[in-house]
Amino acid sequence: MTCLPESVPGQKKLGLVIDLDTCVGCHACAVNCKEWNASGHSGPLSDFQSKSDGVWFNRVHTFEAGRGETSRTVHFPRSCLHCEEPACVTVCPTGASYKRAEDGIVLVNAETCIGCKLCSWACPYGAREFDEEDGVMKKCTLCVDKIYNDNLPEADRQPACVSTCPASARHFGDLGDPNSDVSRLVAERGGYDLMPEMGYRPVNKYLPPRPKKTGCSSGSEDTISLINLAEKRAEKQRAEALAVKIGAKDAAPTELLADDYPVGGGKGAAFLRWADRMLSR
Amino acid sequence: MHPAFSVIVFTTASGAGYGLLAWFALFSLSSPSWIDRPLALTTLIFGLALVCAGLGSSTLHLGRPERAWRALSQWRSSWLSREGVAAIVAFAPTGLLALCWMASPSPGVLAQVLALLTIPAALATTYCTAMIYGSLKTIRQWRHPLTVPNYFALSLLTGALLFSAMTRLFGTEALGVELAALVAGSAAFALKHFYWRGIDAPSRVSTAETATGLGRFGEVRLFEAPHTEENYLMREMGFAIARKHVAKLRLLTVLTLFVGPLVSTLLAMAVGGLFGTLFAVTAVVSAAVGVLAERWLFFAEAKHVVTLFYGAKAA
Repeated sequence: MTCLPESVPGQKKLGLVIDLDTCVGCHACAVNCKEWNASGHSGPLSDFQSKSDGVWFNRVHTFEAGRGETSRTVHFPRSCLHCEEPACVTVCPTGASYKRAEDGIVLVNAETCIGCKLCSWACPYGAREFDEEDGVMKKCTLCVDKIYNDNLPEADRQPACVSTCPASARHFGDLGDPNSDVSRLVAERGGYDLMPEMGYRPVNKYLPPRPKKTGCSSGSEDTISLINLAEKRAEKQRAEALAVKIGAKDAAPTELLADDYPVGGGKGAAFLRWADRMLSR
Repeated sequence: MHPAFSVIVFTTASGAGYGLLAWFALFSLSSPSWIDRPLALTTLIFGLALVCAGLGSSTLHLGRPERAWRALSQWRSSWLSREGVAAIVAFAPTGLLALCWMASPSPGVLAQVLALLTIPAALATTYCTAMIYGSLKTIRQWRHPLTVPNYFALSLLTGALLFSAMTRLFGTEALGVELAALVAGSAAFALKHFYWRGIDAPSRVSTAETATGLGRFGEVRLFEAPHTEENYLMREMGFAIARKHVAKLRLLTVLTLFVGPLVSTLLAMAVGGLFGTLFAVTAVVSAAVGVLAERWLFFAEAKHVVTLFYGAKAA
């Protein structure tokens, strides 16, 4: 039945939390998703056949946000958000699309799907891709055949995208439980919904990139310039050299540079000044 | 949105069919002398044939047409399912009405009851068809207050034009039908005009910033797409060909769907006779071209929010 299951207090809501701060955009999640699901619940997933271009449940976009030195480049994995109000389910005329009452996973029954594509029209997130070979709609299953699989060691009972992520940018858990690790992570980091104006109430959350470190403690607060860094390093070295000459051990200014900017001094500063000039042309 | 030909034929043919059935039912209620058995049977059978052609065409859009019957099960939540159920329910009064006319050259009160049931059945099915599109929050151009009125008006316009041509082909003149076509046509023209004005107004409700949640850093731009080739999403939701020629296609729609048929109908009313019939048939042909162009545009101008992930700024 494509009517949604009634939500009860403490409802289990399995989902993902995706950390846009640590995602490195390697596409490993997308590849391992394809790997597992090609032979999983909704498999096979068409690929490289005459009239189809392949069904993937997970796609990694890269966006730029903002301009200039405060801009960010953000890798952005996109998959089904297992919404609490999934219109993709309610528009389904056959009951093939359904939201599981026990854990909130949104699935498609490939045996009863007629391939009308209306669910993909109703989804704002592009989670559903039509399999032209099978004539049915396919989507992320949250690896329902992996996370409950008793044949696997307990540590492996996680969605394929989560277990493969080399940057630990993907977290899996019960977002209906406010004390779960994923819920705490969302609370700490200000996890947010995509397109909240649609009112679909996604279960999956995205963690925003952390604030940028400016890397210098003086000068204009919101600008970093290679010249500034190089000059400060050179100044620090001159002061150190002077301190050695005059025998004063602690005379060198210590607050000048953040430690995580390994900029060479002396000749290096000249090189950086030249690089900055060249790059600014 | 990709304008699938099967869906364009489905919505236009079944719309015209239900319009024709509704007008016939309405005019037959008072048992006017100009409705005789040949006209009644031709009209009813032609209307039902159009509806069947539309429904048949809609199954061509399915990946698994052999499972189409399953679509009747989820009427509690799905407008597509409701449309299927309503279409089947509507076959009862319309089919029985046709049987009445087959059984008797002047069917009595039973036919009037069936005609009375045909009108809401035809309108309800058209409403469900419109709501398949009108209920989708993801497409601003469809979830528009004028989507449903547009579907009604065009169904009634094309149905009235067909009925008018048929009455003239059967050698009678029913000015009431032509008046109905003029009213429906003027209303449809006005509605379409305001609909186009409405969707042309820029909307910033859903943007690349709300889609990614990265608006806190400033304007969001796609830096790298997830794949180098087109995928299903880009073909189905990112259709952009007709949007480039939108002004020309709208002009074509206005000329063939509204101006042509309305002028032809007026001329048919003015000259009558053989030329009147020719003008009435011309109106139908013109409107057929026009309604296909209109429905093509209805899809092609619709912009799905998923395009925000693929480089669109707002949808």
